[in-house]
Amino acid sequence: MPINVRIPTPLRKLTKDKDVVQASGATIQDIIDSLEKQYPGLKERICDERGELRRFVNVYLNDEDIRFAQGKGTPVKDGDEISVIPAIAGG
Amino acid sequence: MKKARWDVKAKHGFFTSLKCRECGRHYPKEALHVCEFCFGPLEVDYDYGLIKTVLTRAKIASRPTNMWRYRELLPIEGEPTVGFQVGFTPLVRANRLAKRLGLREVWIKNDTVNYPTLSFKDRVVSVALSRARELGFEIVACASTGNLANSVAANAASGGLRSYVFIPADLETGKVLGSLVYGTNVIGIRGTYDEVNRLCSEIAGKYGWAFVNVNIRPYYAEGSKAMGYEIIEQLGWRLPDHVVVPMAGGSLITKIHKSFKEFVKLGLVDEHRYSIHGAQAEGCAPIVNAMKAGAEIIKPVSKPQTIVKSLAIGNPADGFYAIQTMKQTGGWAENPNDEDVVAGIRLLAETEGVFAETAGGTTVAAAQRLVNAGRIKPSESVVLCITGHGLKTQEAVANRCGEARVIGPHLHEFLALLDRKN
Repeated sequence: MPINVRIPTPLRKLTKDKDVVQASGATIQDIIDSLEKQYPGLKERICDERGELRRFVNVYLNDEDIRFAQGKGTPVKDGDEISVIPAIAGG
Repeated sequence: MKKARWDVKAKHGFFTSLKCRECGRHYPKEALHVCEFCFGPLEVDYDYGLIKTVLTRAKIASRPTNMWRYRELLPIEGEPTVGFQVGFTPLVRANRLAKRLGLREVWIKNDTVNYPTLSFKDRVVSVALSRARELGFEIVACASTGNLANSVAANAASGGLRSYVFIPADLETGKVLGSLVYGTNVIGIRGTYDEVNRLCSEIAGKYGWAFVNVNIRPYYAEGSKAMGYEIIEQLGWRLPDHVVVPMAGGSLITKIHKSFKEFVKLGLVDEHRYSIHGAQAEGCAPIVNAMKAGAEIIKPVSKPQTIVKSLAIGNPADGFYAIQTMKQTGGWAENPNDEDVVAGIRLLAETEGVFAETAGGTTVAAAQRLVNAGRIKPSESVVLCITGHGLKTQEAVANRCGEARVIGPHLHEFLALLDRKN
């Protein structure tokens, strides 16, 4: 079942200007792989060479930062909403 | 096809380009702050080889006593047009405080008397506004916990720039008035600093304003390095054993480390092992908590609860780099509670005659803890970075220092008062 993923403005060039796209899978990792298949080039913007989430990219599952859940292994289910949000610089 | 911006590496002058701290991509010297590729923060890159050929101790010493004596290492292209008098604050040998802390050699880097707004923020703002003007901006702005707002307002006023400052609405009266008086536009936000910052990011994207700590941030942040350069020069061109630095967003501690590394790299100071320690208040200590837990990921504090409002940033942008700084230098982090912060303010005032704001009390209290834990040895030299003046946060110590005893203008009343006291 597809899950909605919110895409931030700087990455929308890769998603044909769509701000919400759909992906499927059982974990965040699956979702990222699913996104990469549909929109090649998206994964390297979100993950580094080792496949780890980039330090200044946050992924929220229903408003919770996945870093404080199980990271990329965090399970997802139908109806969940995922947001990719670059960290806010400042201060 | 138009080249991606990160392919551009403009090379002229002492500062050459902006560079992503994460992936190393280069960007032109514009009002940019985030890497378009990986979202990492951009930092100023310099041609150290060129700087080494021109910058000597003698040259620095021959210049006026302000932070611009290190101008080759500050990212503007022409001469500073804002804040030429900023910096070179006193480095004070604090023997009476040292005795109370159980140390031999303590120094106070006293930015409570920085010009013109009595906090270290005048350093970053001097660079940010000078650079903003070079980039053609006419309106400057910031998100602030108070000190930065004061500094942007004052320096914009003297520089003839229009300004907007955004602050949490519940700041100390002195810090709000200390912006209003300069005729700036003060916008109080019902929310935490992090919410103010988020709003400012949105506003910065919408208007063509120079937000000193958003789109001008790579330039702005470099201004903090001057505090580190001054410490080295004022110690007689040597590095201390320890530095204790207050942390809010974690930028200052990172830049002090950078300044020390740069002076070593340029041969301006001999290499020497030093430790940089960070201080936050218990009620908002995301960086200290991560450091103590051995974690690299910082858990944001959503509702800061402390009298130390100037450090109350729940989601510190440079937290990761602050932790790296402490780890790389063998430093540690401490988070004294509000009670200890007030005691720290009073100790500094009573021993050295320096009235610091709450961040200063946090730094003194953290230093005491570091000494107690044996992380700073009695024989080692310590510099405490005292970053803002206590008159700005009077609420923190009001009713905690006693009160004036009032009498009539008569000698017998004074004598009676002395008798009562003795």
